[in-house]
Amino acid sequence: MAIELSPQSVDVNPASSFLEVRDLRVHFPTEDGLVKSVDGVSFSLEKGKTLGIVGESGSGKSVTSLSLLGLHKGSRARVSGEVWLDGEELVGMTEAQMRALRGQKVSMIFQDPLSALHPFFTVGSQIAEAYRVHHKASKKEAHERAVEMLKRVGIPQPERRAKDYPHQFSGGMRQRAMIAMSLVCDPELLIADEPTTALDVTVQAQILDLIRDLQEEFGSAVIIITHDLGVVAEISDDILVMYGGRRIEYGSVHDVLKAPEHPYTWGLLQSMPHLGGDVSQRLNPIPGSPPSLINLPSGCAFNPRCAFKDQVADGRCLSERPELLPVLDSDKHIAACHLTGDAKAEIRSASARGTK
Amino acid sequence: MSTTKSIPAQQSGEKSTSGENLLEVEDLQVHFPIRQGIVFQRQIGAVRAVDGVSFQVKPGESLGLVGESGCGKSTTGRAVTRLLEPTGGTVRFDGEDITHKKVASMRAARQNLQMIFQDPYSSLNPRHTVGTIIETPMKLNGINPEQGHKKRAQELLEIVGLNPEHYNRYPNEFSGGQRQRIGIARALALKPKLIVADEPVSALDVSIQAQVVNLLQDLQREFGLAFLFIAHDLAVVRHFSERVAVMYLGKIVEIADRETLYSRPQHPYTHALLSAVPEVDPDGADNRERIRLTGDVPSPINPPSGCRFRTRCWKAQDICASEEPPLVQLIGSADGHQAACHFPEVKQVVAPEEIPAAPASAAE
Repeated sequence: MAIELSPQSVDVNPASSFLEVRDLRVHFPTEDGLVKSVDGVSFSLEKGKTLGIVGESGSGKSVTSLSLLGLHKGSRARVSGEVWLDGEELVGMTEAQMRALRGQKVSMIFQDPLSALHPFFTVGSQIAEAYRVHHKASKKEAHERAVEMLKRVGIPQPERRAKDYPHQFSGGMRQRAMIAMSLVCDPELLIADEPTTALDVTVQAQILDLIRDLQEEFGSAVIIITHDLGVVAEISDDILVMYGGRRIEYGSVHDVLKAPEHPYTWGLLQSMPHLGGDVSQRLNPIPGSPPSLINLPSGCAFNPRCAFKDQVADGRCLSERPELLPVLDSDKHIAACHLTGDAKAEIRSASARGTK
Repeated sequence: MSTTKSIPAQQSGEKSTSGENLLEVEDLQVHFPIRQGIVFQRQIGAVRAVDGVSFQVKPGESLGLVGESGCGKSTTGRAVTRLLEPTGGTVRFDGEDITHKKVASMRAARQNLQMIFQDPYSSLNPRHTVGTIIETPMKLNGINPEQGHKKRAQELLEIVGLNPEHYNRYPNEFSGGQRQRIGIARALALKPKLIVADEPVSALDVSIQAQVVNLLQDLQREFGLAFLFIAHDLAVVRHFSERVAVMYLGKIVEIADRETLYSRPQHPYTHALLSAVPEVDPDGADNRERIRLTGDVPSPINPPSGCRFRTRCWKAQDICASEEPPLVQLIGSADGHQAACHFPEVKQVVAPEEIPAAPASAAE
């Protein structure tokens, strides 16, 4: 299934957007079979905008982001498709070319700051190193830059804290140090993989504010990967919902959260308790668990967990994979579901009557 | 918001059987000593993880405990189940003082006092089958159900929504949500009266989280269980617990029933916590008030004098540094609503303009 694309065979058709991902596939051959972690994902992102990628564990969110950074090169993963960043194609790049981009143009905030920071080096020296790799700077200049970045991300006494080791930082401060490190070269694309999942709400709010402020200041594009729809609603412009390695819904945050078109997105929204919600109402979880990426269910990958598959004629959900189709003539909001618009409207009004 | 009614109504049966509290914690302290020296270790200080916490849980009731990491909520839970030895104060469970009970007699008390752990990956022994995991507490306590251990374990598996035929499987064959269900089955094996649930859903995906929350709620109703529900997700706590206590740096700063606490918080910390929760509504995000706390929780080795929150509080004045505010009920506030603050809020949380901005948000 995987189409191996060599750099030459890539259709030279540079993207119009700052970042454009076309039909990205990342497959891992394993003993049990081919794991299709990412299977035909496309999206685009402009500078200064934020895209939120949402989905359960194992839906391919993190693998997508790692492949944007070319971090699957040299592993057994088979990556195909196109990733256009500012007129350059990344999938076909060599490791050396990619290395020049990493940190400089694209950088990443990892989920777990304690394992992403090196315990043996001081925080300041790790930030300075990232700067020296890409700039001809003396150690002193780089150190000054590191201190400046630590100050920028709101760490008190940055001169002193730059000489500290990661274990001397608290969880929130480590995450700030990670952000400082990823921003030290003013990247144009910042990928944040669950940047706040391990943090408390108060610190999470600080970090989200920080990412937003820095984005305004530097005009970078941001991809934020999370399973928390609240975080996405707070920070993103667009939202991409992934399930079983594929896109199932893609659109602006307002469209997707206000008028979700896919039963999985409904399920995600309904399974979260809200601060202002009705406490006597039971939560409405999505039954079952995420599918195996080796043997996706036939037809729509969500069909074993979908409550509405009976409402589609001829059992198409079981036999035919739904196409991503525009919703209500808007080319910005697309969803992959066999349900007709009328059927969805009916279900939504019925559930609104039932829950509220 | 007349929503709390239905749940207490269902539990009134249990409550009426004993009017007193199932669990009474008074002035609980857990201090971890810091020692220095190689041969002769002397204590040079203590991490005051829990420093004077008092609360009660009635039979069949669920008390939520929220706070940032490092505020002592898990330590409180562990001290209540006596997995940690309290330094001071008393823990009374079911009318019995269990604060310093011996290990052997504690075992009997634990029949009614079980715990569900946060991480479903590390809290199940990978070398034991699910059956062994669930049976062990029964065997240790010498409980021999009529139908036999195996039948009972299978019954429990069914109660928590797992296939009883999976009795002989190992934990690694299950997903996170399923493992958490095994942990719940193990806690239920002894038919406890109180379950201390330490972040039972925070390691799970949202969709699975809802399944487990629903399961816990069903069990609570069915068996009349009382819960001490420890979590940092405020929305989940509100959904699950009738009363909620907010902890900060080893102390309870506010305690109230959920309606009051979430709609009319009095302590500035509660206020800040609530305003920091991201909401899914994309339109509502802009007009909600935002209080941004700066900095981190101070070190519990050397907590600030007076009110412990004053270092991050935008209302702090001289009195906050010199005098520790007691946890008291204010005049005119709802029954059982206590807050420890010199300058408590007495406003609605929905009135955004009236609340002074935090120094952090004002600076932006």
